[in-house]
Amino acid sequence: MEGWSKKKGEETDMAQFLEKNRRYRKVGDCLVFYLAEELDHHAAERFREISDSLIEKEQIKNIVFDFTGVKFMDSSGIGMLMGRYKKVMFSGGRAAVAGVGEVVDRIFLLSGLYKILEKYETTEEALENMQK
Amino acid sequence: MKLIIESISENEAFARTVVAAYITRLDPTLEELADVKTAVSEAVTNSIIHGYAGKHGKIEIRCEIKNRELEVEITDFGVGIADIEKAMQPLYTTKPEWERSGMGFAFMEAFMDALEVYSEPGKGTRVVMRKEIGREEQDA
Repeated sequence: MEGWSKKKGEETDMAQFLEKNRRYRKVGDCLVFYLAEELDHHAAERFREISDSLIEKEQIKNIVFDFTGVKFMDSSGIGMLMGRYKKVMFSGGRAAVAGVGEVVDRIFLLSGLYKILEKYETTEEALENMQK
Repeated sequence: MKLIIESISENEAFARTVVAAYITRLDPTLEELADVKTAVSEAVTNSIIHGYAGKHGKIEIRCEIKNRELEVEITDFGVGIADIEKAMQPLYTTKPEWERSGMGFAFMEAFMDALEVYSEPGKGTRVVMRKEIGREEQDA
Protein backbone atom coordinates (compact mmCIF):
# COMPACT_ATOMS: atom_id res chain seq x y z
CA MET A 1 0.00 0.00 0.00
CA GLU A 2 1.27 3.43 -0.88
CA GLY A 3 1.47 5.88 1.93
CA TRP A 4 2.76 9.19 2.98
CA SER A 5 3.79 10.20 6.42
CA LYS A 6 5.61 13.08 7.97
CA LYS A 7 7.74 12.76 11.05
CA LYS A 8 8.67 15.69 13.21
CA GLY A 9 11.77 17.42 11.93
CA GLU A 10 11.70 15.48 8.69
CA GLU A 11 11.42 17.53 5.55
CA THR A 12 9.00 15.65 3.36
CA ASP A 13 6.94 17.36 0.74
CA MET A 14 3.64 15.65 0.18
CA ALA A 15 3.09 17.57 -3.04
CA GLN A 16 6.32 16.06 -4.36
CA PHE A 17 5.23 12.62 -3.22
CA LEU A 18 1.94 12.98 -5.05
CA GLU A 19 3.59 14.24 -8.19
CA LYS A 20 6.19 11.51 -8.18
CA ASN A 21 3.55 8.87 -7.70
CA ARG A 22 1.30 10.51 -10.29
CA ARG A 23 -1.43 11.20 -7.77
CA TYR A 24 -2.34 14.45 -9.44
CA ARG A 25 -2.28 15.83 -12.93
CA LYS A 26 -2.81 19.28 -14.37
CA VAL A 27 -4.81 19.59 -17.56
CA GLY A 28 -5.24 23.20 -18.65
CA ASP A 29 -6.70 25.02 -15.67
CA CYS A 30 -8.07 21.75 -14.26
CA LEU A 31 -6.41 19.77 -11.53
CA VAL A 32 -7.11 16.05 -11.24
CA PHE A 33 -6.52 14.34 -7.92
CA TYR A 34 -6.23 10.56 -7.82
CA LEU A 35 -7.39 9.80 -4.30
CA ALA A 36 -6.05 6.77 -2.47
CA GLU A 37 -7.65 3.80 -0.70
CA GLU A 38 -9.32 5.19 2.42
CA LEU A 39 -10.59 8.74 2.71
CA ASP A 40 -11.10 9.13 6.46
CA HIS A 41 -10.23 11.96 8.87
CA HIS A 42 -6.55 10.98 8.88
CA ALA A 43 -6.22 10.96 5.09
CA ALA A 44 -8.49 14.00 4.59
CA GLU A 45 -6.33 16.18 6.85
CA ARG A 46 -3.19 15.33 4.94
CA PHE A 47 -4.87 15.67 1.61
CA ARG A 48 -6.28 19.09 2.51
CA GLU A 49 -2.82 20.50 3.25
CA ILE A 50 -1.37 19.67 -0.12
CA SER A 51 -4.41 20.20 -2.29
CA ASP A 52 -4.85 23.79 -1.13
CA SER A 53 -1.24 24.70 -1.76
CA LEU A 54 -1.44 23.13 -5.22
CA ILE A 55 -4.68 24.92 -6.10
CA GLU A 56 -3.06 28.24 -5.23
CA LYS A 57 0.36 27.56 -6.72
CA GLU A 58 -0.91 26.21 -10.02
CA GLN A 59 -3.71 28.80 -10.38
CA ILE A 60 -6.36 26.14 -10.71
CA LYS A 61 -9.91 26.89 -11.74
CA ASN A 62 -11.60 23.49 -11.74
CA ILE A 63 -10.89 20.29 -9.84
CA VAL A 64 -11.69 16.67 -10.53
CA PHE A 65 -11.48 14.06 -7.79
CA ASP A 66 -10.82 10.64 -9.26
CA PHE A 67 -12.27 8.05 -6.87
CA THR A 68 -11.26 4.97 -8.86
CA GLY A 69 -8.83 3.87 -6.16
CA VAL A 70 -11.02 4.72 -3.16
CA LYS A 71 -12.51 1.85 -1.18
CA PHE A 72 -13.71 3.73 1.89
CA MET A 73 -14.94 7.19 2.76
CA ASP A 74 -16.67 8.62 5.83
CA SER A 75 -18.04 12.06 6.77
CA SER A 76 -14.51 13.48 7.09
CA GLY A 77 -14.17 12.96 3.34
CA ILE A 78 -17.43 14.87 2.82
CA GLY A 79 -16.07 17.82 4.83
CA MET A 80 -12.83 17.82 2.87
CA LEU A 81 -14.62 17.75 -0.51
CA MET A 82 -17.01 20.53 0.53
CA GLY A 83 -14.06 22.64 1.60
CA ARG A 84 -12.31 22.25 -1.75
CA TYR A 85 -15.57 22.90 -3.58
CA LYS A 86 -16.01 26.21 -1.73
CA LYS A 87 -12.44 27.14 -2.58
CA VAL A 88 -12.82 26.79 -6.34
CA MET A 89 -16.40 28.03 -6.36
CA PHE A 90 -15.36 31.43 -5.01
CA SER A 91 -13.18 31.96 -8.05
CA GLY A 92 -15.87 30.79 -10.46
CA GLY A 93 -14.59 27.25 -10.81
CA ARG A 94 -16.26 23.86 -10.76
CA ALA A 95 -15.64 20.64 -8.88
CA ALA A 96 -16.39 17.12 -10.06
CA VAL A 97 -16.01 13.51 -8.99
CA ALA A 98 -15.29 10.57 -11.29
CA GLY A 99 -14.96 6.81 -11.01
CA VAL A 100 -17.07 6.58 -7.86
CA GLY A 101 -17.61 2.98 -6.69
CA GLU A 102 -20.65 1.53 -4.98
CA VAL A 103 -19.48 2.00 -1.38
CA VAL A 104 -18.58 5.67 -1.80
CA ASP A 105 -21.64 6.33 -3.96
CA ARG A 106 -23.92 5.53 -1.00
CA ILE A 107 -22.07 8.06 1.14
CA PHE A 108 -22.41 10.69 -1.60
CA LEU A 109 -26.13 10.04 -1.99
CA LEU A 110 -26.79 10.13 1.74
CA SER A 111 -24.86 13.36 2.22
CA GLY A 112 -26.46 15.14 -0.73
CA LEU A 113 -23.01 15.98 -2.11
CA TYR A 114 -24.10 15.34 -5.69
CA LYS A 115 -26.08 18.57 -5.47
CA ILE A 116 -22.85 20.55 -5.52
CA LEU A 117 -20.35 18.19 -7.14
CA GLU A 118 -20.73 17.09 -10.73
CA LYS A 119 -20.57 13.33 -11.22
CA TYR A 120 -18.88 11.63 -14.18
CA GLU A 121 -18.12 8.01 -15.04
CA THR A 122 -14.51 8.76 -15.86
CA THR A 123 -12.01 11.57 -15.34
CA GLU A 124 -11.62 11.95 -19.10
CA GLU A 125 -15.34 12.61 -19.39
CA ALA A 126 -15.18 15.15 -16.57
CA LEU A 127 -12.25 16.98 -18.17
CA GLU A 128 -13.94 17.09 -21.55
CA ASN A 129 -17.02 18.63 -19.98
CA MET A 130 -15.24 21.10 -17.77
CA GLN A 131 -13.04 22.55 -20.47
CA LYS A 132 -16.01 23.51 -22.59
CA MET B 1 -13.84 -8.22 22.31
CA LYS B 2 -12.30 -5.15 23.83
CA LEU B 3 -9.77 -2.88 22.19
CA ILE B 4 -8.12 0.15 23.73
CA ILE B 5 -6.46 2.63 21.39
CA GLU B 6 -4.70 5.97 21.63
CA SER B 7 -6.66 8.93 20.29
CA ILE B 8 -4.55 9.51 17.19
CA SER B 9 -5.95 9.68 13.67
CA GLU B 10 -3.71 6.84 12.45
CA ASN B 11 -5.82 4.52 14.63
CA GLU B 12 -9.10 5.26 12.86
CA ALA B 13 -8.40 2.79 10.07
CA PHE B 14 -7.11 0.22 12.57
CA ALA B 15 -10.23 0.45 14.74
CA ARG B 16 -12.72 -0.04 11.91
CA THR B 17 -10.66 -2.85 10.40
CA VAL B 18 -10.60 -4.73 13.72
CA VAL B 19 -14.39 -4.45 14.12
CA ALA B 20 -14.85 -5.56 10.50
CA ALA B 21 -12.65 -8.60 11.16
CA TYR B 22 -14.61 -9.36 14.34
CA ILE B 23 -17.90 -9.69 12.45
CA THR B 24 -16.61 -11.89 9.63
CA ARG B 25 -17.93 -14.95 11.51
CA LEU B 26 -21.45 -13.64 10.81
CA ASP B 27 -20.65 -13.76 7.08
CA PRO B 28 -21.66 -10.14 6.42
CA THR B 29 -22.41 -8.77 2.97
CA LEU B 30 -20.00 -6.20 1.54
CA GLU B 31 -22.63 -3.55 2.19
CA GLU B 32 -22.99 -4.53 5.84
CA LEU B 33 -19.22 -4.47 6.24
CA ALA B 34 -19.06 -0.99 4.74
CA ASP B 35 -21.91 0.18 7.00
CA VAL B 36 -20.20 -1.03 10.18
CA LYS B 37 -16.81 0.33 9.14
CA THR B 38 -18.28 3.76 8.42
CA ALA B 39 -20.21 3.90 11.71
CA VAL B 40 -17.15 2.86 13.75
CA SER B 41 -14.98 5.35 11.88
CA GLU B 42 -17.44 8.16 12.66
CA ALA B 43 -17.57 7.36 16.38
CA VAL B 44 -13.80 6.99 16.75
CA THR B 45 -13.18 10.19 14.77
CA ASN B 46 -15.65 12.04 17.01
CA SER B 47 -13.72 10.90 20.08
CA ILE B 48 -10.42 12.05 18.59
CA ILE B 49 -11.61 15.40 17.24
CA HIS B 50 -14.24 16.43 19.75
CA GLY B 51 -13.71 14.25 22.83
CA TYR B 52 -9.99 14.83 23.10
CA ALA B 53 -9.67 17.78 20.67
CA GLY B 54 -6.29 16.62 19.43
CA LYS B 55 -4.95 15.80 22.91
CA HIS B 56 -3.93 12.30 23.87
CA GLY B 57 -6.38 9.99 25.53
CA LYS B 58 -7.70 6.45 25.39
CA ILE B 59 -10.62 5.19 23.34
CA GLU B 60 -12.27 1.91 24.29
CA ILE B 61 -14.00 -0.21 21.71
CA ARG B 62 -16.09 -3.12 22.96
CA CYS B 63 -17.83 -5.54 20.62
CA GLU B 64 -20.27 -8.31 21.30
CA ILE B 65 -22.29 -10.61 19.10
CA LYS B 66 -25.69 -11.77 20.34
CA ASN B 67 -27.34 -14.19 17.92
CA ARG B 68 -26.83 -12.28 14.69
CA GLU B 69 -26.69 -8.84 16.22
CA LEU B 70 -23.49 -6.86 16.60
CA GLU B 71 -23.23 -4.46 19.50
CA VAL B 72 -20.36 -1.94 19.37
CA GLU B 73 -19.65 0.38 22.23
CA ILE B 74 -17.15 3.21 21.74
CA THR B 75 -16.14 5.19 24.82
CA ASP B 76 -13.86 8.14 25.40
CA PHE B 77 -13.01 10.02 28.58
CA GLY B 78 -12.81 13.45 26.98
CA VAL B 79 -14.78 16.68 27.21
CA GLY B 80 -18.23 15.14 26.78
CA ILE B 81 -21.27 16.63 25.06
CA ALA B 82 -23.44 19.20 26.85
CA ASP B 83 -26.39 19.03 24.45
CA ILE B 84 -26.60 15.59 22.85
CA GLU B 85 -29.74 16.36 20.88
CA LYS B 86 -28.10 19.37 19.26
CA ALA B 87 -24.90 17.44 18.56
CA MET B 88 -26.90 14.79 16.73
CA GLN B 89 -28.62 17.22 14.36
CA PRO B 90 -27.44 16.66 10.80
CA LEU B 91 -25.00 19.33 9.60
CA TYR B 92 -24.51 20.70 13.12
CA THR B 93 -20.85 20.94 14.07
CA THR B 94 -18.86 22.78 16.70
CA LYS B 95 -15.80 22.69 14.47
CA PRO B 96 -16.69 24.16 11.05
CA GLU B 97 -13.19 25.65 10.81
CA TRP B 98 -11.83 22.08 10.80
CA GLU B 99 -14.08 21.29 7.85
CA ARG B 100 -16.26 18.94 9.81
CA SER B 101 -19.38 18.13 7.82
CA GLY B 102 -21.60 17.63 10.87
CA MET B 103 -22.77 14.29 9.52
CA GLY B 104 -21.06 11.89 11.92
CA PHE B 105 -24.06 10.97 14.04
CA ALA B 106 -26.37 11.02 11.00
CA PHE B 107 -24.14 8.41 9.34
CA MET B 108 -24.07 6.25 12.50
CA GLU B 109 -27.87 6.37 12.59
CA ALA B 110 -28.22 5.67 8.89
CA PHE B 111 -25.82 2.74 8.75
CA MET B 112 -26.72 0.96 11.99
CA ASP B 113 -30.07 -0.32 13.29
CA ALA B 114 -29.84 1.46 16.64
CA LEU B 115 -27.74 4.22 18.17
CA GLU B 116 -27.53 5.37 21.76
CA VAL B 117 -25.38 8.25 22.98
CA TYR B 118 -24.49 8.81 26.62
CA SER B 119 -22.37 11.75 27.67
CA GLU B 120 -21.45 13.94 30.57
CA PRO B 121 -19.47 17.17 30.24
CA GLY B 122 -15.98 16.69 31.64
CA LYS B 123 -16.34 12.92 31.89
CA GLY B 124 -16.64 11.63 28.34
CA THR B 125 -18.93 10.07 25.80
CA ARG B 126 -20.17 6.55 25.18
CA VAL B 127 -21.79 5.53 21.93
CA VAL B 128 -23.62 2.20 21.64
CA MET B 129 -24.60 0.93 18.21
CA ARG B 130 -26.40 -2.23 17.17
CA LYS B 131 -26.85 -3.93 13.83
CA GLU B 132 -28.24 -7.24 12.77
CA ILE B 133 -25.91 -8.90 10.31
CA GLY B 134 -27.04 -11.22 7.51
CA ARG B 135 -30.70 -10.35 7.82
CA GLU B 136 -31.32 -10.37 4.06
CA GLU B 137 -29.85 -13.83 3.73
CA GLN B 138 -32.02 -15.15 6.55
CA ASP B 139 -35.16 -13.75 4.99
CA ALA B 140 -34.39 -15.33 1.63
